[in-house]
Amino acid sequence: MNKVVANADEAIKDIESGMTLMLGGFGLCGIPENCIAALVRKGVNNLTCISNNAGVDDFGIGLLLQQKQVKKMISSYVGENAEFERQLLSGELEVELVPQGTLATRCMASGYGMPAVYLLAGVGTEVAEGKEVRNFNGKDYLLEYAFDSDYAIVKAWKGDTMGNLVFKDTARNFNPMMAMAGKITIAEVEELVEPGQLNPNEIHTPGIYVHRIFKGTNYEKRIEQRTIRKR
Amino acid sequence: MSLTKEQIAQRIAKELQDGFYVNLGIGIPTLVANYIPQGVNVVLQSENGLLGMGPFPFEGEEDADLINAGKQTITTLPGSAFFDSAMSFGMIRAGKVDLTVLGAMEVADNGDIANWKIPGKMVKGMGGAMDLVAAAKNIIVAMQHTNPKGESKLLPACTLPLTGVKCVKKIVTDLGVFDVTPDGFRCIEYAPGVTIEEIKAKTAGRLTIAEDVKEITF
Repeated sequence: MNKVVANADEAIKDIESGMTLMLGGFGLCGIPENCIAALVRKGVNNLTCISNNAGVDDFGIGLLLQQKQVKKMISSYVGENAEFERQLLSGELEVELVPQGTLATRCMASGYGMPAVYLLAGVGTEVAEGKEVRNFNGKDYLLEYAFDSDYAIVKAWKGDTMGNLVFKDTARNFNPMMAMAGKITIAEVEELVEPGQLNPNEIHTPGIYVHRIFKGTNYEKRIEQRTIRKR
Repeated sequence: MSLTKEQIAQRIAKELQDGFYVNLGIGIPTLVANYIPQGVNVVLQSENGLLGMGPFPFEGEEDADLINAGKQTITTLPGSAFFDSAMSFGMIRAGKVDLTVLGAMEVADNGDIANWKIPGKMVKGMGGAMDLVAAAKNIIVAMQHTNPKGESKLLPACTLPLTGVKCVKKIVTDLGVFDVTPDGFRCIEYAPGVTIEEIKAKTAGRLTIAEDVKEITF
């Protein structure tokens, strides 16, 4: 078993234009910074990106948008990005807006081997258009399909060489269920350790879901809204 | 005088009960956390994966890995718990969250809510709002009674794309407090100095006035 790769460029080396990628993170929190930078360097385009948000103009997925590498975004909220807005309004970019819980659960369903799930969010709204509605116990639900993605790219706090992952604080967000959902899952971690150094009781994502892992470098961890209180 | 945003939040805080798990949306709802009554212990849920959201950090103690759903830096409290986004919306969907407070562009007198999209303008997305309104046991809307043009936001039917149907239970505006009933909005309290006539004039949806309607107290 050898899951460890040298760096982000090696981890994403076989990602091709036109593929569907899941990218973990909420806002700029817990995003795979190293792999996004490597995708920009590689220059692959026509990507479909499943990610809760689309980054900001000059960070996160915004960097891929700047280089016009994204064909379609599947997200719940894309409000922090002027370049995104420009490409959307000019028709260069497609967007599919999905309620946040539905987005998370469609990733989860994929990782649990469930082809589809019935979910409440969006019943009676335009999100329901074209979807099968089924009533359970007097309440309507929408049939929502598991996502199909070529690669899932996640960021964890710690990982071991067997691919076991531990996330920190709210940087966990979409990362665990996306890690479970990739045909190939790439994890970049702040600390890469040997097997046995992580407590098996405290693993968030078991290594079976992770195919490639590397220690990331130079994390910027940009804060979107720096809010503080007085001492 | 109509209520300030802070007073709207302060009035909503009176709805909090000891032991509640509460999700507060962005804007006026966030301010509710500043007015939690003494002796009432509630746990704030942030849908990006935290129960037990604490106050903003002291300067120098901000952590990029610890934010709320509005992407603001926050802190934890003793007893906090982190979890992933699927579990977060799992607990919301399963009805474990007792109260959701959120803003709205329009509310209809049957409880429909619109707060995510204005056709022809930039669409930013619904985030977690559709999941929250579809599942929360109790939804209170915090908003201004009228839009900047002076038009009522309490309508017979929403004109904007819906976020959820028949889900809002109560609305607190700058003019008063309204229950959503089978007969439409029912005004149960009015803001100090605001007349019932003004409320009637500024409410486009069906409106009844509670027999025991009274002035809002804090």
